[in-house]
Amino acid sequence: MIIAATLAIFVVMSMAIIRAIAGPTLYDRILAVNMFGTKTVLLISLLGFVMGRPEFLDIAIVYALINFISVIGVLRYSDSAIFKHNGEDIE
Amino acid sequence: MDFLLNISSSLCLLIGSFLCISGGVGILRFPDFYSRMHAVGVTETLATTMILIGLMLQNPDALVVLKLILILLLTLFISPTASHALAKAAIQNNLRPKLDKRDNNEQVTSSNR
Repeated sequence: MIIAATLAIFVVMSMAIIRAIAGPTLYDRILAVNMFGTKTVLLISLLGFVMGRPEFLDIAIVYALINFISVIGVLRYSDSAIFKHNGEDIE
Repeated sequence: MDFLLNISSSLCLLIGSFLCISGGVGILRFPDFYSRMHAVGVTETLATTMILIGLMLQNPDALVVLKLILILLLTLFISPTASHALAKAAIQNNLRPKLDKRDNNEQVTSSNR
């Protein structure tokens, strides 16, 4: 059952990547990347149990913290010009 | 007892996987940023909780369970905070919901800020 959950997490991560590439606004991309990071935390802990090495949980803790810092760090620039364009992309 | 633990762990993992996949379908199919945010919120709290509880039931080691509880608490604190910051940034930069039936040119009033 752990392997089935791992496969489900892989499917969800690929869906998040599709939304992060195709997302019409900048916020969709940030949301998809945030979801991808959370699912990566779950994937690391599940893979640790699959391989029988629960030490992977330390890496999962660190990844959760890094994910939060990255999202807040991107949103720090939310009053810059590229965010002000009513959500549409500027290439 | 061991059988019961296995059954409940598998059930938790199954519910968590189902919620994850439904949230993934939601982020692909929903029409709008704010409704997509709702779909992501489902996967980031309830599905994570279910999968981590399923993993806790698998392993009797106390240190591993402690680390899993730490991951669970971190996720439950962090992901609503990040979602709140993201939604606030979006609404401050005048990203209107598509499902909002009012006039789209109307600016966000200062009470929303």
